[in-house]
Amino acid sequence: MSTLVIAEHDNSSLKAATLNTVAAAAAIGGDIDILVAGSDCSAAAEQAAQVAGVNKVLVADNAVYANQLAENMSLLIAEVAADYSHILAPATTSGKNIMPRVAALLDVGQISDIISVESDDTFKRPIYAGNVIATVQSSDSKKVITVRGTAYDAVAAEGGSATIEAISAVHDAGISSFVGEEVAVSDRPELTAADIIISGGRGMQDGENFKMLESIADKLGAAVGASRAAVDAGFVPNDMQVGQTGKIVAPDLYIAVGISGAIQHLAGMKDSKVIVAINKDEDAPIFQVSDYGLVADLFNALPELDAML
Amino acid sequence: MKVLVAVKRVADANVKVRAKADGTDVDLNNVKMAINPFCEIAVEEAVKLKEAGIATEVIAVSIGNKSCQEQIRTALALGADRGIQVETDGEVESLAVAKLLKAVVEKESPDLVILGKQSIDSDNNQTGQMLGALTGMPQGTFASELVLEDGKAKVTREIDGGLQTIILNMPAIVTTDLRLNEPRYASLPNIMKAKKKPLDVLTPAELGVDIAPRLTILKVEPPAERQAGIKVESVAELVDKLKNEAKVIS
Repeated sequence: MSTLVIAEHDNSSLKAATLNTVAAAAAIGGDIDILVAGSDCSAAAEQAAQVAGVNKVLVADNAVYANQLAENMSLLIAEVAADYSHILAPATTSGKNIMPRVAALLDVGQISDIISVESDDTFKRPIYAGNVIATVQSSDSKKVITVRGTAYDAVAAEGGSATIEAISAVHDAGISSFVGEEVAVSDRPELTAADIIISGGRGMQDGENFKMLESIADKLGAAVGASRAAVDAGFVPNDMQVGQTGKIVAPDLYIAVGISGAIQHLAGMKDSKVIVAINKDEDAPIFQVSDYGLVADLFNALPELDAML
Repeated sequence: MKVLVAVKRVADANVKVRAKADGTDVDLNNVKMAINPFCEIAVEEAVKLKEAGIATEVIAVSIGNKSCQEQIRTALALGADRGIQVETDGEVESLAVAKLLKAVVEKESPDLVILGKQSIDSDNNQTGQMLGALTGMPQGTFASELVLEDGKAKVTREIDGGLQTIILNMPAIVTTDLRLNEPRYASLPNIMKAKKKPLDVLTPAELGVDIAPRLTILKVEPPAERQAGIKVESVAELVDKLKNEAKVIS
Protein backbone atom coordinates (compact mmCIF):
# COMPACT_ATOMS: atom_id res chain seq x y z
CA MET A 1 0.00 0.00 0.00
CA SER A 2 1.35 3.41 -0.92
CA THR A 3 -0.08 6.87 -1.25
CA LEU A 4 0.62 9.66 -3.70
CA VAL A 5 -0.19 13.14 -2.42
CA ILE A 6 -0.65 15.86 -5.05
CA ALA A 7 1.12 18.98 -3.79
CA GLU A 8 -0.68 22.30 -3.72
CA HIS A 9 1.91 24.96 -4.52
CA ASP A 10 2.64 28.08 -6.54
CA ASN A 11 5.99 26.82 -7.92
CA SER A 12 7.97 28.83 -5.39
CA SER A 13 6.39 27.51 -2.19
CA LEU A 14 4.35 24.62 -0.89
CA LYS A 15 0.85 25.53 0.34
CA ALA A 16 -0.21 24.55 3.83
CA ALA A 17 -3.13 22.45 2.54
CA THR A 18 -0.55 19.89 1.39
CA LEU A 19 0.48 19.30 5.01
CA ASN A 20 -3.08 18.48 6.11
CA THR A 21 -3.38 16.09 3.18
CA VAL A 22 -0.14 14.33 4.16
CA ALA A 23 -1.70 13.88 7.63
CA ALA A 24 -4.67 12.09 6.04
CA ALA A 25 -2.24 9.95 4.02
CA ALA A 26 -0.47 9.02 7.26
CA ALA A 27 -3.81 7.91 8.71
CA ILE A 28 -4.21 5.50 5.77
CA GLY A 29 -0.73 4.06 6.37
CA GLY A 30 1.99 2.88 3.99
CA ASP A 31 4.63 4.92 2.16
CA ILE A 32 3.80 8.51 1.27
CA ASP A 33 5.19 10.17 -1.84
CA ILE A 34 4.43 13.71 -3.00
CA LEU A 35 4.01 14.79 -6.61
CA VAL A 36 5.03 18.38 -7.34
CA ALA A 37 3.98 19.28 -10.88
CA GLY A 38 4.71 22.78 -12.07
CA SER A 39 7.19 24.94 -13.93
CA ASP A 40 10.41 26.11 -12.29
CA CYS A 41 9.05 24.45 -9.20
CA SER A 42 12.26 23.17 -7.61
CA ALA A 43 11.80 25.45 -4.57
CA ALA A 44 8.38 23.91 -3.90
CA ALA A 45 9.85 20.43 -4.41
CA GLU A 46 12.63 21.11 -1.90
CA GLN A 47 10.06 22.21 0.65
CA ALA A 48 8.03 19.07 -0.03
CA ALA A 49 11.13 16.97 0.68
CA GLN A 50 11.33 18.53 4.16
CA VAL A 51 7.78 17.52 5.09
CA ALA A 52 7.72 15.03 7.95
CA GLY A 53 6.88 11.45 7.01
CA VAL A 54 7.40 11.75 3.28
CA ASN A 55 9.36 9.04 1.49
CA LYS A 56 9.93 10.48 -1.97
CA VAL A 57 9.13 13.64 -3.90
CA LEU A 58 8.39 13.27 -7.60
CA VAL A 59 8.93 16.44 -9.60
CA ALA A 60 7.42 17.07 -13.01
CA ASP A 61 8.97 20.40 -13.96
CA ASN A 62 7.75 21.54 -17.35
CA ALA A 63 6.05 24.57 -18.88
CA VAL A 64 2.94 22.48 -19.64
CA TYR A 65 2.25 22.23 -15.89
CA ALA A 66 2.94 25.90 -15.15
CA ASN A 67 -0.64 26.83 -14.32
CA GLN A 68 -1.76 23.33 -13.41
CA LEU A 69 -4.42 23.12 -16.08
CA ALA A 70 -6.66 20.15 -15.25
CA GLU A 71 -6.38 18.67 -18.75
CA ASN A 72 -2.58 18.31 -18.54
CA MET A 73 -2.32 17.58 -14.82
CA SER A 74 -4.87 14.76 -14.93
CA LEU A 75 -2.99 12.95 -17.71
CA LEU A 76 0.24 13.19 -15.71
CA ILE A 77 -1.30 12.09 -12.41
CA ALA A 78 -3.19 9.20 -14.02
CA GLU A 79 0.14 7.94 -15.41
CA VAL A 80 2.07 8.34 -12.15
CA ALA A 81 -0.85 6.74 -10.24
CA ALA A 82 0.03 3.33 -11.67
CA ASP A 83 2.39 2.67 -8.74
CA TYR A 84 -0.01 3.74 -5.97
CA SER A 85 -3.04 2.39 -4.16
CA HIS A 86 -4.25 5.82 -2.97
CA ILE A 87 -4.06 9.22 -4.67
CA LEU A 88 -4.86 12.18 -2.40
CA ALA A 89 -5.19 15.92 -2.97
CA PRO A 90 -6.47 18.75 -0.80
CA ALA A 91 -10.15 19.60 -1.37
CA THR A 92 -9.19 23.08 -2.56
CA THR A 93 -10.42 24.61 -5.82
CA SER A 94 -7.30 23.14 -7.43
CA GLY A 95 -7.79 19.62 -6.06
CA LYS A 96 -11.51 19.72 -6.84
CA ASN A 97 -10.73 20.79 -10.39
CA ILE A 98 -8.15 18.13 -11.17
CA MET A 99 -8.92 14.98 -9.18
CA PRO A 100 -12.29 13.91 -10.64
CA ARG A 101 -10.63 14.05 -14.05
CA VAL A 102 -7.91 11.73 -12.74
CA ALA A 103 -10.51 9.35 -11.27
CA ALA A 104 -12.42 9.12 -14.55
CA LEU A 105 -9.21 8.46 -16.51
CA LEU A 106 -8.50 5.60 -14.10
CA ASP A 107 -12.15 4.43 -14.31
CA VAL A 108 -12.62 4.71 -10.55
CA GLY A 109 -14.96 6.76 -8.41
CA GLN A 110 -13.73 9.67 -6.33
CA ILE A 111 -14.30 10.04 -2.62
CA SER A 112 -14.65 13.79 -2.10
CA ASP A 113 -13.82 15.84 0.95
CA ILE A 114 -13.05 13.10 3.48
CA ILE A 115 -12.94 14.04 7.15
CA SER A 116 -11.89 10.68 8.58
CA VAL A 117 -10.03 7.53 7.54
CA GLU A 118 -11.73 4.42 8.98
CA SER A 119 -9.59 1.91 7.08
CA ASP A 120 -7.72 1.78 3.77
CA ASP A 121 -11.02 1.54 1.87
CA THR A 122 -13.52 3.21 4.21
CA PHE A 123 -13.87 6.92 4.85
CA LYS A 124 -16.22 9.45 6.39
CA ARG A 125 -17.44 12.45 4.46
CA PRO A 126 -20.06 15.12 5.02
CA ILE A 127 -23.08 15.29 2.70
CA TYR A 128 -26.14 17.57 2.60
CA ALA A 129 -24.13 20.63 3.68
CA GLY A 130 -22.67 18.70 6.59
CA ASN A 131 -26.07 17.85 8.09
CA VAL A 132 -25.25 14.20 7.59
CA ILE A 133 -21.95 12.31 7.84
CA ALA A 134 -21.73 9.31 5.53
CA THR A 135 -19.35 6.39 6.04
CA VAL A 136 -18.50 5.05 2.59
CA GLN A 137 -16.54 2.02 1.45
CA SER A 138 -14.90 1.95 -1.95
CA SER A 139 -14.60 -1.22 -4.02
CA ASP A 140 -12.34 0.41 -6.60
CA SER A 141 -8.81 -0.87 -7.15
CA LYS A 142 -7.40 2.62 -6.56
CA LYS A 143 -8.81 5.22 -4.24
CA VAL A 144 -8.88 8.77 -5.57
CA ILE A 145 -9.59 11.08 -2.65
CA THR A 146 -9.81 14.76 -1.79
CA VAL A 147 -9.20 15.73 1.84
CA ARG A 148 -10.95 18.41 3.87
CA GLY A 149 -8.02 20.29 5.38
CA THR A 150 -9.80 21.39 8.55
CA ALA A 151 -10.32 17.75 9.55
CA TYR A 152 -6.58 17.07 9.86
CA ASP A 153 -3.86 18.85 11.79
CA ALA A 154 -0.97 19.70 9.50
CA VAL A 155 2.13 17.49 9.72
CA ALA A 156 5.42 19.26 10.43
CA ALA A 157 6.69 21.23 7.45
CA GLU A 158 10.26 20.39 8.39
CA GLY A 159 12.23 17.48 9.72
CA GLY A 160 11.72 15.09 6.82
CA SER A 161 14.39 14.05 4.35
CA ALA A 162 12.68 12.66 1.29
CA THR A 163 14.58 11.90 -1.87
CA ILE A 164 13.73 14.02 -4.91
CA GLU A 165 13.21 12.29 -8.23
CA ALA A 166 12.51 14.00 -11.54
CA ILE A 167 9.77 12.72 -13.85
CA SER A 168 10.20 13.39 -17.54
CA ALA A 169 6.60 12.71 -18.62
CA VAL A 170 5.22 15.68 -20.56
CA HIS A 171 1.49 15.69 -21.15
CA ASP A 172 0.11 18.56 -23.16
CA ALA A 173 -3.53 17.93 -24.02
CA GLY A 174 -3.41 21.07 -26.17
CA ILE A 175 -7.09 21.87 -25.62
CA SER A 176 -6.89 24.59 -22.98
CA SER A 177 -4.69 27.55 -22.21
CA PHE A 178 -4.08 29.90 -19.33
CA VAL A 179 -4.84 33.59 -19.82
CA GLY A 180 -4.39 35.18 -16.43
CA GLU A 181 -5.20 35.36 -12.77
CA GLU A 182 -6.56 38.08 -10.53
CA VAL A 183 -5.55 37.07 -7.06
CA ALA A 184 -6.53 39.32 -4.21
CA VAL A 185 -3.39 40.63 -2.54
CA SER A 186 -3.86 41.07 1.16
CA ASP A 187 -1.68 41.35 4.23
CA ARG A 188 -4.29 39.42 6.15
CA PRO A 189 -3.99 35.65 6.51
CA GLU A 190 -5.77 33.34 4.07
CA LEU A 191 -9.22 32.26 5.20
CA THR A 192 -8.37 28.58 5.33
CA ALA A 193 -5.18 29.19 7.30
CA ALA A 194 -6.32 31.93 9.71
CA ASP A 195 -6.53 31.40 13.49
CA ILE A 196 -9.24 34.05 13.74
CA ILE A 197 -11.92 34.91 11.18
CA ILE A 198 -14.46 37.70 11.28
CA SER A 199 -17.26 37.30 8.73
CA GLY A 200 -20.10 39.53 7.64
CA GLY A 201 -23.51 38.67 6.25
CA ARG A 202 -26.48 40.38 4.70
CA GLY A 203 -26.79 42.51 7.85
CA MET A 204 -23.68 44.44 6.78
CA GLN A 205 -25.96 46.19 4.24
CA ASP A 206 -23.20 47.04 1.76
CA GLY A 207 -19.59 46.34 0.82
CA GLU A 208 -18.35 49.63 2.23
CA ASN A 209 -19.37 48.53 5.74
CA PHE A 210 -16.98 45.57 5.53
CA LYS A 211 -14.26 48.12 6.33
CA MET A 212 -15.48 47.91 9.93
CA LEU A 213 -14.68 44.19 9.88
CA GLU A 214 -11.33 44.79 8.20
CA SER A 215 -10.28 47.23 10.89
CA ILE A 216 -11.06 44.71 13.64
CA ALA A 217 -9.43 41.93 11.62
CA ASP A 218 -6.20 43.91 11.42
CA LYS A 219 -6.14 44.32 15.18
CA LEU A 220 -6.71 40.61 15.75
CA GLY A 221 -4.52 39.33 12.91
CA ALA A 222 -7.69 37.82 11.49
CA ALA A 223 -9.00 37.00 8.01
CA VAL A 224 -12.26 38.48 6.74
CA GLY A 225 -14.99 36.19 5.42
CA ALA A 226 -18.57 36.49 4.26
CA SER A 227 -21.78 34.52 4.00
CA ARG A 228 -23.24 33.54 0.66
CA ALA A 229 -25.98 36.12 1.23
CA ALA A 230 -23.35 38.87 1.35
CA VAL A 231 -21.69 37.52 -1.79
CA ASP A 232 -25.01 37.16 -3.61
CA ALA A 233 -25.89 40.73 -2.66
CA GLY A 234 -22.66 41.86 -4.32
CA PHE A 235 -21.08 43.25 -1.12
CA VAL A 236 -17.84 41.27 -1.49
CA PRO A 237 -16.16 38.84 -3.92
CA ASN A 238 -16.92 35.13 -3.88
CA ASP A 239 -13.44 34.11 -2.72
CA MET A 240 -14.47 35.43 0.72
CA GLN A 241 -17.42 33.06 0.92
CA VAL A 242 -17.51 30.65 3.85
CA GLY A 243 -20.01 27.83 3.51
CA GLN A 244 -21.14 24.67 1.77
CA THR A 245 -20.17 25.92 -1.66
CA GLY A 246 -17.41 28.26 -0.54
CA LYS A 247 -14.55 27.70 1.86
CA ILE A 248 -14.64 25.33 4.80
CA VAL A 249 -12.89 26.85 7.82
CA ALA A 250 -12.21 25.85 11.42
CA PRO A 251 -10.30 28.66 13.14
CA ASP A 252 -9.78 29.05 16.89
CA LEU A 253 -12.21 31.97 16.86
CA TYR A 254 -14.98 32.69 14.35
CA ILE A 255 -16.93 35.94 14.71
CA ALA A 256 -20.16 36.00 12.69
CA VAL A 257 -21.54 39.49 12.26
CA GLY A 258 -24.98 40.11 10.77
CA ILE A 259 -25.15 36.47 9.68
CA SER A 260 -28.44 34.70 10.37
CA GLY A 261 -26.90 31.22 10.23
CA ALA A 262 -28.39 29.42 7.22
CA ILE A 263 -27.41 25.73 7.14
CA GLN A 264 -25.25 26.40 4.10
CA HIS A 265 -23.17 28.88 6.09
CA LEU A 266 -22.99 26.71 9.21
CA ALA A 267 -21.65 23.91 6.99
CA GLY A 268 -18.55 26.00 6.41
CA MET A 269 -17.71 27.11 9.94
CA LYS A 270 -19.37 25.01 12.64
CA ASP A 271 -16.16 23.15 13.43
CA SER A 272 -14.55 26.39 14.63
CA LYS A 273 -13.32 26.10 18.22
CA VAL A 274 -15.05 29.23 19.55
CA ILE A 275 -17.94 30.90 17.72
CA VAL A 276 -19.15 34.42 18.46
CA ALA A 277 -22.36 35.75 16.92
CA ILE A 278 -23.38 39.39 16.78
CA ASN A 279 -26.89 39.82 15.44
CA LYS A 280 -29.80 42.07 16.28
CA ASP A 281 -32.32 39.24 15.80
CA GLU A 282 -32.24 37.22 19.01
CA ASP A 283 -33.96 34.30 17.28
CA ALA A 284 -31.33 34.04 14.53
CA PRO A 285 -30.23 30.37 14.15
CA ILE A 286 -26.58 31.41 14.43
CA PHE A 287 -27.11 31.74 18.20
CA GLN A 288 -27.81 27.98 18.37
CA VAL A 289 -24.21 27.21 17.46
CA SER A 290 -22.43 30.18 19.04
CA ASP A 291 -20.49 29.98 22.29
CA TYR A 292 -20.96 33.69 22.91
CA GLY A 293 -23.92 35.52 21.45
CA LEU A 294 -24.43 39.28 21.53
CA VAL A 295 -27.86 40.56 20.57
CA ALA A 296 -27.02 44.02 19.29
CA ASP A 297 -27.09 46.28 16.28
CA LEU A 298 -23.79 45.61 14.56
CA PHE A 299 -23.46 49.28 13.65
CA ASN A 300 -23.17 50.04 17.35
CA ALA A 301 -21.33 46.90 18.42
CA LEU A 302 -18.54 46.91 15.81
CA PRO A 303 -17.16 50.40 16.53
CA GLU A 304 -17.31 49.59 20.23
CA LEU A 305 -15.49 46.30 19.72
CA ASP A 306 -12.91 48.01 17.53
CA ALA A 307 -12.24 50.59 20.22
CA MET A 308 -11.76 47.95 22.92
CA LEU A 309 -9.17 45.89 21.06
CA MET B 1 -24.62 25.75 -31.89
CA LYS B 2 -26.08 23.13 -29.61
CA VAL B 3 -25.87 23.37 -25.82
CA LEU B 4 -26.48 20.43 -23.50
CA VAL B 5 -27.39 21.21 -19.89
CA ALA B 6 -27.45 18.65 -17.11
CA VAL B 7 -29.98 19.07 -14.30
CA LYS B 8 -30.36 17.12 -11.07
CA ARG B 9 -33.34 16.65 -8.78
CA VAL B 10 -32.29 17.27 -5.17
CA ALA B 11 -33.81 18.07 -1.79
CA ASP B 12 -34.70 21.77 -1.71
CA ALA B 13 -31.87 23.98 -0.40
CA ASN B 14 -34.02 25.19 2.49
CA VAL B 15 -34.69 21.72 3.86
CA LYS B 16 -32.50 20.47 6.68
CA VAL B 17 -32.04 16.84 5.67
CA ARG B 18 -31.46 14.34 8.47
CA ALA B 19 -30.16 10.81 8.76
CA LYS B 20 -32.76 8.08 9.33
CA ALA B 21 -32.84 6.79 12.89
CA ASP B 22 -31.49 3.37 11.80
CA GLY B 23 -28.52 5.05 10.11
CA THR B 24 -29.05 3.33 6.75
CA ASP B 25 -29.72 6.41 4.66
CA VAL B 26 -30.96 9.97 4.73
CA ASP B 27 -34.66 10.55 5.28
CA LEU B 28 -36.20 12.08 2.15
CA ASN B 29 -39.80 11.15 2.93
CA ASN B 30 -42.09 14.11 2.31
CA VAL B 31 -39.11 16.36 1.62
CA LYS B 32 -39.68 19.10 -0.95
CA MET B 33 -37.58 18.45 -4.05
CA ALA B 34 -36.23 20.99 -6.50
CA ILE B 35 -33.75 21.53 -9.30
CA ASN B 36 -30.21 21.75 -7.88
CA PRO B 37 -29.40 25.50 -7.59
CA PHE B 38 -26.16 25.23 -9.58
CA CYS B 39 -28.01 23.35 -12.35
CA GLU B 40 -30.54 26.18 -12.46
CA ILE B 41 -27.64 28.58 -13.10
CA ALA B 42 -26.47 26.23 -15.88
CA VAL B 43 -29.90 26.32 -17.53
CA GLU B 44 -30.00 30.12 -17.27
CA GLU B 45 -26.58 30.44 -18.93
CA ALA B 46 -27.63 28.19 -21.81
CA VAL B 47 -30.91 30.07 -22.29
CA LYS B 48 -29.03 33.39 -22.29
CA LEU B 49 -26.77 32.04 -25.06
CA LYS B 50 -29.87 31.17 -27.04
CA GLU B 51 -31.39 34.59 -26.50
CA ALA B 52 -28.12 36.16 -27.63
CA GLY B 53 -28.41 34.23 -30.89
CA ILE B 54 -25.30 32.16 -30.13
CA ALA B 55 -26.98 28.88 -29.25
CA THR B 56 -29.56 27.42 -31.60
CA GLU B 57 -30.82 24.62 -29.38
CA VAL B 58 -30.73 23.94 -25.65
CA ILE B 59 -31.23 20.35 -24.48
CA ALA B 60 -31.83 19.58 -20.81
CA VAL B 61 -30.83 16.13 -19.60
CA SER B 62 -31.48 14.53 -16.24
CA ILE B 63 -30.69 11.12 -14.82
CA GLY B 64 -33.03 9.50 -12.36
CA ASN B 65 -36.43 7.92 -11.92
CA LYS B 66 -39.60 9.30 -13.49
CA SER B 67 -39.92 12.09 -10.92
CA CYS B 68 -36.85 13.89 -12.33
CA GLN B 69 -39.01 14.72 -15.36
CA GLU B 70 -40.37 17.45 -13.10
CA GLN B 71 -36.94 19.14 -13.07
CA ILE B 72 -36.57 18.66 -16.82
CA ARG B 73 -39.94 20.41 -17.24
CA THR B 74 -38.63 23.22 -15.02
CA ALA B 75 -35.65 23.59 -17.35
CA LEU B 76 -38.00 23.59 -20.35
CA ALA B 77 -40.13 26.26 -18.68
CA LEU B 78 -36.98 28.34 -18.19
CA GLY B 79 -36.29 28.16 -21.92
CA ALA B 80 -34.67 24.85 -22.85
CA ASP B 81 -36.02 23.42 -26.11
CA ARG B 82 -36.27 19.73 -25.37
CA GLY B 83 -35.50 17.23 -22.65
CA ILE B 84 -33.86 13.85 -22.23
CA GLN B 85 -34.38 11.64 -19.20
CA VAL B 86 -32.07 8.70 -18.62
CA GLU B 87 -34.21 6.41 -16.52
CA THR B 88 -32.50 4.87 -13.50
CA ASP B 89 -33.57 3.56 -10.12
CA GLY B 90 -32.23 5.35 -7.09
CA GLU B 91 -28.91 7.08 -6.65
CA VAL B 92 -26.35 6.95 -9.47
CA GLU B 93 -22.72 7.82 -8.65
CA SER B 94 -20.89 10.66 -10.39
CA LEU B 95 -18.73 8.37 -12.53
CA ALA B 96 -21.80 6.55 -13.86
CA VAL B 97 -23.58 9.87 -14.42
CA ALA B 98 -20.56 11.08 -16.38
CA LYS B 99 -20.59 7.90 -18.48
CA LEU B 100 -24.31 8.31 -19.22
CA LEU B 101 -23.77 11.96 -20.13
CA LYS B 102 -20.87 10.96 -22.37
CA ALA B 103 -23.24 8.62 -24.25
CA VAL B 104 -25.76 11.47 -24.60
CA VAL B 105 -22.96 13.77 -25.80
CA GLU B 106 -22.02 11.21 -28.47
CA LYS B 107 -25.65 11.05 -29.60
CA GLU B 108 -26.25 14.79 -29.65
CA SER B 109 -22.79 16.26 -30.41
CA PRO B 110 -23.25 19.51 -28.47
CA ASP B 111 -20.65 22.28 -28.80
CA LEU B 112 -20.97 23.13 -25.14
CA VAL B 113 -22.04 21.18 -22.06
CA ILE B 114 -22.98 23.20 -18.97
CA LEU B 115 -23.36 21.57 -15.55
CA GLY B 116 -23.62 22.78 -11.97
CA LYS B 117 -20.30 22.64 -10.11
CA GLN B 118 -21.82 20.44 -7.43
CA SER B 119 -25.14 19.09 -6.30
CA ILE B 120 -26.18 20.17 -2.86
CA ASP B 121 -27.12 16.65 -1.77
CA SER B 122 -24.02 14.53 -2.30
CA ASP B 123 -21.71 17.60 -2.40
CA ASN B 124 -19.33 15.67 -4.65
CA ASN B 125 -18.23 18.27 -7.20
CA GLN B 126 -17.13 15.62 -9.73
CA THR B 127 -19.44 15.07 -12.68
CA GLY B 128 -18.34 17.86 -15.04
CA GLN B 129 -14.66 17.07 -14.59
CA MET B 130 -15.26 13.34 -15.09
CA LEU B 131 -17.25 14.03 -18.25
CA GLY B 132 -14.29 16.10 -19.44
CA ALA B 133 -11.91 13.19 -18.95
CA LEU B 134 -14.24 10.67 -20.62
CA THR B 135 -14.96 12.82 -23.68
CA GLY B 136 -11.50 14.38 -23.92
CA MET B 137 -13.08 17.84 -23.72
CA PRO B 138 -11.47 20.71 -21.80
CA GLN B 139 -13.20 22.02 -18.70
CA GLY B 140 -13.89 25.41 -17.22
CA THR B 141 -15.00 24.61 -13.69
CA PHE B 142 -16.53 26.99 -11.10
CA ALA B 143 -17.25 29.55 -13.83
CA SER B 144 -18.25 33.10 -12.95
CA GLU B 145 -18.11 34.33 -16.54
CA LEU B 146 -18.41 32.65 -19.93
CA VAL B 147 -17.62 34.33 -23.24
CA LEU B 148 -17.76 32.48 -26.55
CA GLU B 149 -15.56 34.02 -29.22
CA ASP B 150 -13.59 32.85 -32.26
CA GLY B 151 -14.86 29.31 -31.79
CA LYS B 152 -13.43 29.12 -28.28
CA ALA B 153 -14.78 29.44 -24.78
CA LYS B 154 -13.21 31.98 -22.47
CA VAL B 155 -14.02 31.06 -18.90
CA THR B 156 -13.36 33.07 -15.75
CA ARG B 157 -13.13 30.70 -12.80
CA GLU B 158 -13.60 31.19 -9.07
CA ILE B 159 -10.42 29.91 -7.43
CA ASP B 160 -9.33 30.02 -3.79
CA GLY B 161 -7.42 33.28 -3.97
CA GLY B 162 -9.54 35.09 -6.57
CA LEU B 163 -10.23 34.59 -10.27
CA GLN B 164 -8.52 32.70 -13.08
CA THR B 165 -9.21 33.05 -16.78
CA ILE B 166 -8.62 30.22 -19.25
CA ILE B 167 -9.44 29.57 -22.89
CA LEU B 168 -10.91 26.26 -23.99
CA ASN B 169 -11.20 24.65 -27.39
CA MET B 170 -14.77 23.71 -28.27
CA PRO B 171 -16.58 21.47 -27.67
CA ALA B 172 -16.05 22.30 -24.01
CA ILE B 173 -17.46 21.67 -20.57
CA VAL B 174 -18.37 24.45 -18.19
CA THR B 175 -19.45 24.02 -14.57
CA THR B 176 -21.23 26.91 -12.91
CA ASP B 177 -20.46 28.88 -9.79
CA LEU B 178 -23.04 31.05 -8.16
CA ARG B 179 -22.00 34.40 -9.60
CA LEU B 180 -22.29 33.30 -13.24
CA ASN B 181 -25.84 34.68 -13.49
CA GLU B 182 -29.09 35.10 -11.63
CA PRO B 183 -31.62 32.53 -12.78
CA ARG B 184 -35.00 33.85 -13.87
CA TYR B 185 -38.35 32.64 -12.63
CA ALA B 186 -40.45 30.59 -15.01
CA SER B 187 -43.58 32.45 -16.09
CA LEU B 188 -46.94 30.69 -16.02
CA PRO B 189 -47.35 30.73 -19.83
CA ASN B 190 -43.87 29.24 -20.17
CA ILE B 191 -44.69 26.55 -17.62
CA MET B 192 -47.74 25.65 -19.70
CA LYS B 193 -45.71 25.67 -22.93
CA ALA B 194 -43.05 23.46 -21.34
CA LYS B 195 -45.58 20.67 -20.94
CA LYS B 196 -45.78 20.37 -24.73
CA LYS B 197 -42.05 20.38 -25.40
CA PRO B 198 -40.53 17.02 -26.41
CA LEU B 199 -39.01 14.82 -23.70
CA ASP B 200 -37.29 11.58 -24.68
CA VAL B 201 -36.64 8.76 -22.25
CA LEU B 202 -33.54 6.60 -22.62
CA THR B 203 -32.15 3.78 -20.50
CA PRO B 204 -28.55 3.03 -19.45
CA ALA B 205 -28.84 -0.26 -21.37
CA GLU B 206 -29.77 1.59 -24.57
CA LEU B 207 -26.78 3.84 -24.04
CA GLY B 208 -24.56 0.84 -23.28
CA VAL B 209 -23.42 2.13 -19.91
CA ASP B 210 -22.70 0.08 -16.79
CA ILE B 211 -23.90 2.06 -13.79
CA ALA B 212 -22.93 -0.41 -11.07
CA PRO B 213 -21.93 1.53 -7.92
CA ARG B 214 -18.32 1.63 -6.73
CA LEU B 215 -19.13 2.93 -3.27
CA THR B 216 -21.22 1.39 -0.52
CA ILE B 217 -22.76 3.64 2.09
CA LEU B 218 -22.14 1.74 5.33
CA LYS B 219 -23.74 4.28 7.62
CA VAL B 220 -25.13 7.79 7.80
CA GLU B 221 -25.24 9.69 11.04
CA PRO B 222 -25.78 13.21 12.29
CA PRO B 223 -22.66 15.30 12.83
CA ALA B 224 -21.48 16.11 16.34
CA GLU B 225 -23.92 18.76 17.55
CA ARG B 226 -22.69 22.02 18.96
CA GLN B 227 -24.32 23.18 22.14
CA ALA B 228 -25.58 26.74 22.18
CA GLY B 229 -23.48 28.79 24.58
CA ILE B 230 -24.38 31.89 26.48
CA LYS B 231 -25.64 35.33 25.57
CA VAL B 232 -23.46 38.21 26.69
CA GLU B 233 -24.97 41.57 27.55
CA SER B 234 -22.37 43.92 26.15
CA VAL B 235 -19.32 44.25 23.94
CA ALA B 236 -17.23 44.69 27.09
CA GLU B 237 -18.45 41.38 28.49
CA LEU B 238 -17.79 39.71 25.14
CA VAL B 239 -14.20 40.96 25.01
CA ASP B 240 -13.69 39.89 28.62
CA LYS B 241 -14.97 36.35 27.90
CA LEU B 242 -12.82 36.02 24.80
CA LYS B 243 -9.73 37.15 26.68
CA ASN B 244 -10.17 35.48 30.04
CA GLU B 245 -12.52 32.52 29.56
CA ALA B 246 -12.02 31.28 26.00
CA LYS B 247 -8.49 32.74 25.86
CA VAL B 248 -8.68 33.14 22.08
CA ILE B 249 -7.59 36.78 21.97
CA SER B 250 -4.96 38.56 23.96
